[in-house]
Amino acid sequence: MNFDYDSEQNDLREAVRGLLARAYSDSEQRRTVVKTDPGFDEKTWSRLAEMGLLGLPFAEEDGGMGAGPVEVAIVAEEIGRVLAPEPFIETVVLAGGLISAVGSAEQKGELLAGISEGTTIAVFAHAEPGTRWTPAAEAVTATQSGDGWTLTGVKEPVPSGARADVLVVSAVVDGGTGLFLVQGDASGLTRTGYRTHDGTRAANVRFEGTPAVALGSGDQTPAIERALAEARIAYGHEAIGAMDTALRTTAEYLKTRKQFGVTLNKFQALTFRAADMYVSLELARSLALWASMVQEAGGDVVQAADRARLTVSRAGRHIGKEAIQLHGGIGVTAEYSVGHYTSRLTAIDHLLGDGDWAADRLAQNVASYDTVDPLGAPYAP
Amino acid sequence: MRLQLSPELEAFREEMRTFFTTQVPQEIRDKVAAHRHVSKEEYVEAQRVLNAAGLAVPHWPVEWGGKDWSPLQRHIWREEMQLANVPEPLAFNTSMIGPVLAAFGNQEQKERFLAKTANLDIWWCQGFSEPDAGSDLASLRTTAVRDGDDWVVNGQKTWTTLGQHADWIFCLVRTDPTAEKKQRGISLLVFPMDTPGVTLRPIELIDGGFEVNEVFFEDVRVPAENLIGEENQGWTMAKFLLGNERVGIARVGSTKSMLAQAKAHAREITSGGRPLAEDPRMAARIAEIENDLLALELTALRVAANSADGKPHPASSVLKLRGSELQQAATELLVDIAGPLSLASFAEEGSDVPDWARVATPHYLNYRKVSIYGGSNEVQRTIIAGSILGL
Repeated sequence: MNFDYDSEQNDLREAVRGLLARAYSDSEQRRTVVKTDPGFDEKTWSRLAEMGLLGLPFAEEDGGMGAGPVEVAIVAEEIGRVLAPEPFIETVVLAGGLISAVGSAEQKGELLAGISEGTTIAVFAHAEPGTRWTPAAEAVTATQSGDGWTLTGVKEPVPSGARADVLVVSAVVDGGTGLFLVQGDASGLTRTGYRTHDGTRAANVRFEGTPAVALGSGDQTPAIERALAEARIAYGHEAIGAMDTALRTTAEYLKTRKQFGVTLNKFQALTFRAADMYVSLELARSLALWASMVQEAGGDVVQAADRARLTVSRAGRHIGKEAIQLHGGIGVTAEYSVGHYTSRLTAIDHLLGDGDWAADRLAQNVASYDTVDPLGAPYAP
Repeated sequence: MRLQLSPELEAFREEMRTFFTTQVPQEIRDKVAAHRHVSKEEYVEAQRVLNAAGLAVPHWPVEWGGKDWSPLQRHIWREEMQLANVPEPLAFNTSMIGPVLAAFGNQEQKERFLAKTANLDIWWCQGFSEPDAGSDLASLRTTAVRDGDDWVVNGQKTWTTLGQHADWIFCLVRTDPTAEKKQRGISLLVFPMDTPGVTLRPIELIDGGFEVNEVFFEDVRVPAENLIGEENQGWTMAKFLLGNERVGIARVGSTKSMLAQAKAHAREITSGGRPLAEDPRMAARIAEIENDLLALELTALRVAANSADGKPHPASSVLKLRGSELQQAATELLVDIAGPLSLASFAEEGSDVPDWARVATPHYLNYRKVSIYGGSNEVQRTIIAGSILGL
């Protein structure tokens, strides 16, 4: 049992932090970047690729670095710390994770190399209007036609869906949900992108007999469930980074902002609330780190992700809301940083399942066992 | 980072688990599990079983019976003890005065007290709080005035837990009322509870039990050799002691045990034609508390795994605060599962209400104390805001 990073992991963290600190040294830089499409900085994306971060979890034979979930978590946390808008989790963890898990050797060779090099942006087109946070597809269907497939239906919202070079699409097939690859320039594909409240981009993606290539075959629900779980854990770390900055920014503000002739940290009503934010953050951090360790150890990653999701969701809402309130009016402005953190935490909360959703999943069988042993089965093999 | 325990620690955990579940008498552990009154004799018996195996004071210096364990080993020891519902070694002896004597006492005092303290041959009680000195402990007013070879003690202590069982008291007294800072005029004295001039008044609590007491001192003569440490050094020892008091205060194992009981009872109670455990709101509530407890346990492990260099991990202050909240959440959950049965709190023979439901509300009411003692949660927030956030 050990929660510490090793020296290589510490070096990785310093390197990522340094790169992102140059790209987003203040919130104005980020505001400028997210103002125009694609909502992130292509140069920063290339630098992430040069550092090897975009191939971090992929096997070395697929052009990746062969790193584990802890390394991915480190990058995600640093992204959250400065709210870097680059679609790292979307492309590398989620779409890349699915390709890595079920793709053919050829698909992996081509796509994962492209992702690693920063030349291919792939995203998972999965959410559908009218359903929420399920591993199954309902509204997009796949039909076999000759050697290939065609897709019909609508996916929305798809993060970075308009910018993506390749879409990994979930669709109804006989016996479940299959996975398909669709090129960004495919015929019968209409993408309408828009800006989201947190500065990133999403899209309505419409398939009308759109040609697609199967990624794996048959029902892929378990692979989707697993990839979503791994992405939930990664988003948890991004949220930890964001909460950390939101809390530190708030504490600094309390020390400098004066009212009634004194700095705000003279008011216990405020400092106690900041203390509670710290409690929320550290508890969530423990669970997020643990979930990554469960993933690394080959334990029940889906349940560990639900547990992390629940705690991170509660903490994200608590810290995001209090960070604004303790700032006062300036916290609601777009010109000041802290409100953007709340906005991003709110987006993360709703991307792949919120706290109530996770609590409900955990509640399904909570009465069927006595106690949770975080060091034992089912979390450790 | 590494999820699993090392094979050595895994074996250690197994060894602890086996010891606690086989060597400590089952009827005592059942009482703890059922939150029923544990008698003085049972406390003593359980502690002596532990002490005989070297498991009562592992955190003490090795020469006085300690084990030189890592913080993680101590964490595992404590958690397994709580999970097995073993009454923990009396905190006043093992976490408070024992470590103080080992660190600040003279050789004669160590030889006189430490072995008996570990074995619970002496039952200690704590004379710290006073009616006007609670969280603001340094404003205490009980005085000790030097008269020949004795100190003469006058004043009053309160919230003296299990003082009715105590053989000796360790007591903070004001020895220099003129000191510039009130913290500098305090000393630590120890003396037998049957010393002339000591009287004890039990305080009945809202659960109907007697756990805390007022202790009055009227011209109590204490030999000078019973001063621990230097004169007017008492505050240093008080801070040292209260630091120890907060160790292990997360009580994750104990809350886990309560939560497992809550689940079992929720499966037995029927509500709206189905087991209460299947009610979505109840199941979600249990899941939420359980997950909060997991986050706390992992934080405790993080702190334990990381405090090997002797410096406390910054997150350690979270443990008392959140640990007490979750103990309280679990007791509240048990009352709510008992529902109307919880009213039969003082039923005796002739009631059909099961034991667990009878004790649920008294236990819940009693556990309001856990966010107050050992540095109230407001004190913990002050510490977090001040020493961690720099506010």
